[in-house]
Amino acid sequence: MSAVTPLMSVTVTVNGRGRTLTVEPRTTLLEALREHFGLTGTKKACDRGECGACTVHVDGRRVLSCMALAAMQDGKQITTIEGLARDGVLHPMQAAFIEHDGFQCGFCTPGQIMSAVAAVEEAKAGWPSAATDDLAKSFTLADLSRAEIRERMSGNLCRCACYPNIVAAVAEAAGRS
Amino acid sequence: MHPFALSRTDTPAHAVAEHARDPQLAFIAGGTDLLGLIKDRAAAPERLLDINGLSSLSRIDLGPDGRLRIGALARMSEVAAHRDVREQFPVIAEALLFSASGQLRNMASIGGNIMQRTRCPYFRDEDGLPCNKRRPGSGCSALHGLNRSHAIFGWSDDCIATNPSDLSVALAALDAHVIVLGPTGERSIPFTDFHRLPGDTPDRDTALERGELIVGIDVPASVEARASHYLKLRDRASYEFALVSAAAAVAVDRGRIRSVRLALGGVAHKPWRLTSAEAALRGAKLDDIGKLKSGIAASFKDARPLAHNGFKVELAQRVAVRALQIAGGRA
Repeated sequence: MSAVTPLMSVTVTVNGRGRTLTVEPRTTLLEALREHFGLTGTKKACDRGECGACTVHVDGRRVLSCMALAAMQDGKQITTIEGLARDGVLHPMQAAFIEHDGFQCGFCTPGQIMSAVAAVEEAKAGWPSAATDDLAKSFTLADLSRAEIRERMSGNLCRCACYPNIVAAVAEAAGRS
Repeated sequence: MHPFALSRTDTPAHAVAEHARDPQLAFIAGGTDLLGLIKDRAAAPERLLDINGLSSLSRIDLGPDGRLRIGALARMSEVAAHRDVREQFPVIAEALLFSASGQLRNMASIGGNIMQRTRCPYFRDEDGLPCNKRRPGSGCSALHGLNRSHAIFGWSDDCIATNPSDLSVALAALDAHVIVLGPTGERSIPFTDFHRLPGDTPDRDTALERGELIVGIDVPASVEARASHYLKLRDRASYEFALVSAAAAVAVDRGRIRSVRLALGGVAHKPWRLTSAEAALRGAKLDDIGKLKSGIAASFKDARPLAHNGFKVELAQRVAVRALQIAGGRA
């Protein structure tokens, strides 16, 4: 075991607001969000990159905050579930989850919604998935079938097994966004 | 998590020099494998060097000769979505898309992907059961333990683990090279020599030496690469490591195989090229299932299944046949 390691200063933008924090090098982004910024919407569950509950956006891309070091995020733009609504109006994905009853206990829900918002953006950008038949063809939002949504959302586990409703919510939000 | 110091680097030469002089230093890029290892106490580096500032290593380029250069810091999702990769090297795009999850593919680098350590549950066990990979000389818990997911080729009494990287299977089949920068300059390692068999030093996964940094992967253009496919079988439909997988790349003349490259995943400590089968399959008709089966069987004479993974011998041959047929359909 090594001695105490030097603390590090990091400046990030979290939900549009510039913030500076001092962390140990081993502090994960997840721990920084929850413990330093009080943004407890992002959940710690497996803490091993296996469940998706800690999903946030870094520079617009969905990542697992439990497998990222806070000290490596200097200069990054971070969005958490708390930053999705605009002026008190829910993001269309949040509204769709409510409409389709896409949760039961709700613990995985912030991660599900953050993942879903980014998954729709990835589809819009033409990214294929393991469920895509023809990789050579350009992928469009019209190709975002239920099978595509299930595959693209497979990194988010729901132990209440609300999967059919989650898929329905994502499909609707993808159609309206 | 085990405490460590963290610093950043801006030049590959500096990264190499730091790594060469400090045996307790590890590179970190995406961190998705390394941080898991540290949390599981299967790795305990005292210093991490963040190499994400080496922006020249993030590129994905198709050369004038059709050769693909994938920078070590390109992310899995970027490579999988890349137009040239999807069209010219579908086996690479598929291997990546069938790996991990959307979130992890956004984080994990290509260099880190091929550096992934084994998923052997005894290696990652937090209670510290014997494992020669984790603590050399402590023994192998899997050899006479639960070994359903373990190797059927190339294992030793010291280690029966399998390599988890899907991408590596595709790169082995395509005769890729790993480009490595060291203290004395660059060297190019044929992909099939990059990962090691366990022998009596299973703690060493790759041919890399201290002070070496992966800068990229070169994949030569080929007719075979265009007609290629990655087929992965696993216990869950998505977000799971392979039980068995196959990468196939084939050139076809009037329905007959002119040349074929086959590699298997989930069966050995490294991607397992089926060189005997590749020779035996030359001239075979793609719709002659009997010939395809017997050709592939040529590479299974030295299969050595363990107590719980005998099914892999048959499964792997079927996966190879199916991957070859699908690749052939693209020729």
